[in-house]
Amino acid sequence: MQVTVEALSKVYPDGTEALHEVDLVIEPGECVVVLGANGCGKSTLMRCILGIEPISSGRVLTDKIDIATARTRQLRLLRRRMGVVFQQCNLVNNLSAFQNVLFGRLGRDGLRGSLSLTASKAAREQAMVCLNRVGLASKATHRIDQLSGGQQQRAAIARMLMQEPDIVFADEPVASLDPKAGREVMDLLWDVVQERGITVVCVLHQIELARAYASRLVGLRAGRICMDGQPADISAAQLQDLYLAAPAGKPASQLRCA
Amino acid sequence: MNQSSSADRSANRSDNSNAAPPRFNRIPTLIWVLLVGFAALFIAGMQDANISLERLWRGTANLGVFLGEAFPPDLRRIEFIAGSMLETVNMAIVGVTFGVLFSLPMALLCAANTTPYRWVRPLARMFVAMLRTIPDLIWALIFVVAVGLGPLAGILAIIMDTIGFCARFFAERIEESDPGPGRALRAIGASEAAVISAAILPECMPSFAATSLFSIEKAVRSAVVLGLVGAGGIGVELTSAMNLFRYQEALTIILVILIVVISVEQLTSMLRQRML
Repeated sequence: MQVTVEALSKVYPDGTEALHEVDLVIEPGECVVVLGANGCGKSTLMRCILGIEPISSGRVLTDKIDIATARTRQLRLLRRRMGVVFQQCNLVNNLSAFQNVLFGRLGRDGLRGSLSLTASKAAREQAMVCLNRVGLASKATHRIDQLSGGQQQRAAIARMLMQEPDIVFADEPVASLDPKAGREVMDLLWDVVQERGITVVCVLHQIELARAYASRLVGLRAGRICMDGQPADISAAQLQDLYLAAPAGKPASQLRCA
Repeated sequence: MNQSSSADRSANRSDNSNAAPPRFNRIPTLIWVLLVGFAALFIAGMQDANISLERLWRGTANLGVFLGEAFPPDLRRIEFIAGSMLETVNMAIVGVTFGVLFSLPMALLCAANTTPYRWVRPLARMFVAMLRTIPDLIWALIFVVAVGLGPLAGILAIIMDTIGFCARFFAERIEESDPGPGRALRAIGASEAAVISAAILPECMPSFAATSLFSIEKAVRSAVVLGLVGAGGIGVELTSAMNLFRYQEALTIILVILIVVISVEQLTSMLRQRML
């Protein structure tokens, strides 16, 4: 699945310009890590590509389909091929891990095909395979709010596996985890996407993680792309620069979390 | 005068930022108008009640006579009374069940995050507010005209009352629900209906159950009263016992009501505490 972003701008209703004419092409099979200081527009970029945030100008083409003008049905067909892993894992808290993983099929099989009560035997077994892959098979019947942060994020990865997407968008998947759990979740996410040849676009905060996992680094500063290349070609100084220069008039410490 | 001088003082102090605030703030005109209006209604009400020491004294004496004649409670018709108490509780259960079933779709139409079209929401909210504003006794009067005397009229009245209450609280809970899980499911291609049933309803379910239990409690209490206008239940027995001066039987009925209502309250509040 190829994603093309053309001259994408996003201005929020309060006048904040989050993105300014961003151009970006993501080829199938790439592992793109997006870096940048808080408020630089990383998450906004991701939400615009996913089509959950309306864009102000420019275009986002996913497999040559413009998501801003796509019909509801077409959009849903596209979306079932796009997986998501968020910072707050956005699982349904008072349902079991197993049920949450089954919901990965909502886009494909609808509600009846993804409720634990009514789903097919094959789907239920596949959900267990997915949970097993992330090491949570023993927690299948636990409610999500009984799991630790790292386990919740692994359940979110299992849901993504269940969905069998072509591309995965991960928005700061390890931001709320401690370094060890964060590393484990990143390892798991990367193993899983490499196994299946899934394209990844991942927003990260930790430079060392980004260097370790990315096949391509994209740096954003004040809503513009200011760095794009392979990790080996990018110097430590360039990376540091991303976080040093805050947008005019706003000290970095006071910027809203993106 | 008092107000203007205190206003002057606060003006003088405004350049000194360390000064304490004035003791009295000026009372706004609107509050004055409301206070005077309230006082006028209160005084008129007291005059209407025509309270005098002599009346209060006579009232207390009459109450004593009633209690004297009502005691001891007459248990001869206890089986019949228990039967109509059971009918009352049944009315409440049936009414609340249908009321809750109808409340769910109503609440989805009323909540900002689940309403299908923007213009539906104010209409649905207005409808629910109307059901809520009309008291259950008036609903019962209307349904007695429509379907005749008996429990059906009471059940219909309880359904209306329950929708007015539950649909509102269900909708508020739906609006409070966390948008994250729904957003994630929408992002992977789930339809709106699937988002509502997979993400929003599971999150709200414990609160819905607690609200429904509370409305059972409410419905049992109102079912007792609905009988007074002939809409079935134990209220019918109570009015006839009072009207025929069978005070001993009336006391039995009152005691039965007391026991049942308190037990239902205890039971539902225990269940609600477990749920939340």
